[in-house]
Amino acid sequence: MRFVDEFRDADTAHALSAKITALCEPGRQYKLMEVCGGHTHTIYKHGLEDYLPEQITLVHGPGCPVCVIPMGRVDDAMALASEPDVIMTSFGDMMRVPGSNGSFFDAKAHGTDIRMVYSPLDSLKIARKNPDKRVVFMAIGFETTAPSTAMTVLRAAAEGLTNFSIFCNHVTIVPAIKAILDSPDLRLDGFLGPGHVSTVIGCRPYEFIARDYGKPVVVAGFEPLDILQSIYMLMVQLSEGRAEIENQYARVVPWNGNTVALKAIGQTMELRPYFEWRGLGFISHSALKVRDDYAAFDAERLFSVPGVRVADPKACQCGEVLKGVLKPWECKVFGTACTPETPIGTCMVSPEGACAAYYNYGRLTRHRVKEASGT
Amino acid sequence: MTADHGGGAGGAGPAQVGWVAEALRVHERREQEERQERRGSPQPLPGTVREELVLERIDRARRSRPRIKEDRITMSHGAGGKATQTLIEAMFLSEFSNPLLEPLEDAARLRIGGARLALTTDSFVVSPLFFPGGDIGDLAVNGTVNDLATSGATPLYLSAGFILEEGFEVAELARIVASMKQAAQAAAVQIVTGDTKVVERGKGDGCYINTAGVGAIEHDLDLGVANARPGDAIIVSGPIGDHGVTIMLARGELDIEADVISDTAPLNGLVAGLLAATSGVRALRDATRGGVATILNEIAKSAGVGVMVSENDIPVRTEVRGASELLGIDPMYVACEGRLVAVTAPEAADQALAALRAHPLGASAAVIGHVTADPPGLVQLKTAFGGTRIVDLLVGDPLPRIC
Repeated sequence: MRFVDEFRDADTAHALSAKITALCEPGRQYKLMEVCGGHTHTIYKHGLEDYLPEQITLVHGPGCPVCVIPMGRVDDAMALASEPDVIMTSFGDMMRVPGSNGSFFDAKAHGTDIRMVYSPLDSLKIARKNPDKRVVFMAIGFETTAPSTAMTVLRAAAEGLTNFSIFCNHVTIVPAIKAILDSPDLRLDGFLGPGHVSTVIGCRPYEFIARDYGKPVVVAGFEPLDILQSIYMLMVQLSEGRAEIENQYARVVPWNGNTVALKAIGQTMELRPYFEWRGLGFISHSALKVRDDYAAFDAERLFSVPGVRVADPKACQCGEVLKGVLKPWECKVFGTACTPETPIGTCMVSPEGACAAYYNYGRLTRHRVKEASGT
Repeated sequence: MTADHGGGAGGAGPAQVGWVAEALRVHERREQEERQERRGSPQPLPGTVREELVLERIDRARRSRPRIKEDRITMSHGAGGKATQTLIEAMFLSEFSNPLLEPLEDAARLRIGGARLALTTDSFVVSPLFFPGGDIGDLAVNGTVNDLATSGATPLYLSAGFILEEGFEVAELARIVASMKQAAQAAAVQIVTGDTKVVERGKGDGCYINTAGVGAIEHDLDLGVANARPGDAIIVSGPIGDHGVTIMLARGELDIEADVISDTAPLNGLVAGLLAATSGVRALRDATRGGVATILNEIAKSAGVGVMVSENDIPVRTEVRGASELLGIDPMYVACEGRLVAVTAPEAADQALAALRAHPLGASAAVIGHVTADPPGLVQLKTAFGGTRIVDLLVGDPLPRIC
């Protein structure tokens, strides 16, 4: 497949892998965080960790939008969906995320009308087709998906649709990275910057990470060679003692971002004073809500949303896992109370969460370790 | 306002969640048991040992008896993955339990008098009813023919049950029936009994079809995924994922167009050729819901072996790969309707491959990997990129990703 296979070439990967290994200082452990869930997915889908030396550990960051939605918001969404005449539309990967009373799939089984869409614009089609229903789009995601939600709201406004609204759960990545950087027990050496988010916001918003925290960032693409090359670029910076923002994904990410997309977000949405993240708690100015001018498209104003907060269970240590302080299996409830079928914390929710990945793939790691030690 | 949706307790404080509380209780009980087992060594265990303990705990949990946690059937229960298996094992197998059902093969093998027969049934609820390369009619015939063929039987007789929705167009039914007739002729089977029910408008999706079939087993081979042994070859009979991707695109919700058609076809001719060419076939499976990945997991689980396949060797059409990339799904989990997975003895692999390739439906057959001794129960994929990953069962349908 053109434009894909070039970025999956095993020979190039071997060469990069050797260069990365050569840059490791003897005795030093490196912890690099890939911020974005898309990167985690690529890493597992292609078995990329096999190319990394033992000294480098990848820590899976908070950039999986479905993982960070707190249970209370899922409950709110289900309450919205069960209002009379409501059709809720949602991205597919939200369907299995558990609230305190099960997931969207369970709610569907109980008779609520929840439909999967690939694009928020599909919700408008459903709204036009069902004028006697009220269509609510479960808007989630980082700056990656916020523009398409914004465009949908603008389109709905232009068409004068009166039966469409969004339940806005859009979050912004930078405050979450800052929250991780501010934690006193941080153990990270550098970051793979989120490529898709950066196509919208550009690279400038990360400058403080290098300037104020002395950590290097490489904005990375999503093919396996993109990620390996980005790790190599991080290792070069670390070996030279530099901390800068570099853009490996320059074929897609403009340094200043996408001004049209940013304008659409700015026109329809504004920052919330604070928002709760699963595993990370409340983070100020980390999420978006619908602006007053577009109140007619804001489900939170059109319906009464319960807004009952459901605390992350105390035993759950997702926060520590996200910061790279704990390995997934070191969490108290890992593998017993918290499993992919009954996830308690954010890291177990999506298959690309750190704990779910370890739960499914950890057996393989152990097998390899056994093989290596000859037992 | 629906207060009961708030998570139970309601009120000012954060609500406590029922299933979380239960899970935590279970956790504490197990931890206490483990502490008791380790009595006498109060000092903290080294990290590697603790990791071992955690992984063993996971293995134990995986082996424990499956339990249905949901209080209602969800779409996941029909997707062919973990949820379906749990439903089958915890509900149907536990109630109907008998030695003929227990292997959970594509068809049951019966001995009646001196005759050996295979019996199977399958229901078809595909939407849309008509799609590139086929329709619900030939799918219903081929599906049952293939379940019989892959259990080593010669398909002979089928039943056909129709559940029709009030308002369904007679012309469409006529098209479906004509297509069933043609498929039955092509597979050399006869539809010899049937049933018709009509449900009120809104209570069905136009037309559902159930078919059951019997076939004769005319050889002494013992086919079954439990027979797989380390060293065995794993073969697929052609490109995977065509049917599932065709259906996804045919629903017209994605605004993606690709030149891909369903692979629905009767496999009895292909299987007959294969079994005539070699006696080294250990298992055959029809790769439908859940795709090839699910079958590989069934091999690993039933035989207590490992499976190692190579992404580079798995035939996938470029169009299917492209559409899967766009949709964020993995072709390994996408349904086929005319592809089989064969496990053969190592020395029989070449003969089996040649026999499959000699048939038009098996022209692109390929050895995709091998059975390994270790680690038992695990399917691994050598990726084209050169890494390794586990190919686990999905919980439900493959879901598109946004991130």
